[in-house]
Amino acid sequence: MNNIKIWRLLPFVIFTLLVFFFWRGLSLDPKKLPSVQLGQALPDFRLPLLNDPGKDLTPANLRGRVALLNVWASWCAACVDEQGFLMKLAGQGVPLFGLNYKDDPEQARAWLTEWGNPYQMIGSDAAGKVAIDLGVYGAPETFLLDARGVIRFRHVGVLDDVSWTRDFLPRIRQLQEES
Amino acid sequence: MRARLLLLLVLVFGLGQAAEANSMYPLDSAKQDAQFQHLLKALRCLVCQNQDLADSNAGLAKDLRDQVYQMVKDGESDSDIIRYLSSRYGDFILFDPPVKAVTALLWYGPAVFLLLGLLLFWRISFKRSAS
Repeated sequence: MNNIKIWRLLPFVIFTLLVFFFWRGLSLDPKKLPSVQLGQALPDFRLPLLNDPGKDLTPANLRGRVALLNVWASWCAACVDEQGFLMKLAGQGVPLFGLNYKDDPEQARAWLTEWGNPYQMIGSDAAGKVAIDLGVYGAPETFLLDARGVIRFRHVGVLDDVSWTRDFLPRIRQLQEES
Repeated sequence: MRARLLLLLVLVFGLGQAAEANSMYPLDSAKQDAQFQHLLKALRCLVCQNQDLADSNAGLAKDLRDQVYQMVKDGESDSDIIRYLSSRYGDFILFDPPVKAVTALLWYGPAVFLLLGLLLFWRISFKRSAS
């Protein structure tokens, strides 16, 4: 008799489990994809600098310290929202590098004059090939790189104070302790 | 009026079909063409997530389409192309998730639940008739 009662509880247990998963599913953002690049070194690339096309941006420029690589474009409306915060970070001395994604160099330079340039160097990825190698599927995206140029974190969307203190600062602190 | 509308329809859909079929992505053999078309249907556009690469007009989808086209043209196999894309964008780019430890529940879960249901049904009705 007792045995049967336990069996009869099973549908209820399964139902509770389902409710739990559905409830969790509600708060997941399907637009945020996990990056398969985490823990991997930057792909090999050589991009002409936006402000000095004679020179190149390569992964070697990003090595040596914890750095951020920000994917942006002048056609990207959300990038404008982000720019104020990036300027603030640059003011604090955070090494920021830009990847100008599928953009017209002329417009990109005009955009920087208008909204400010927080980047130490900007590579111009007009064909979007490097972005494909990085697994970029939208702008803005921000990659956190350790001193060896390994991707440690990827943030999709506008970088703001909340995600900076929650996702970036603890990781940066940890990386600096490690080295 | 009606004839004009018909002509417009023919133009719109007819041209669309022709453009999609071959002129944009000429390939050497019918086999490569079939491979290309089949891959585009199996790959997800990451910007507009419920569209495949064949249907999407997003800029990234176009770039990925070009990439797949180039790889098909170079004679690479389906598994090479899929590995290339999933190592960059993850398994999410595939409409069919690969069978792995993480996806085992997804693939075999329905069978497990069916068995569980049958077992439960059998136990309850068996016990009932016994008592």
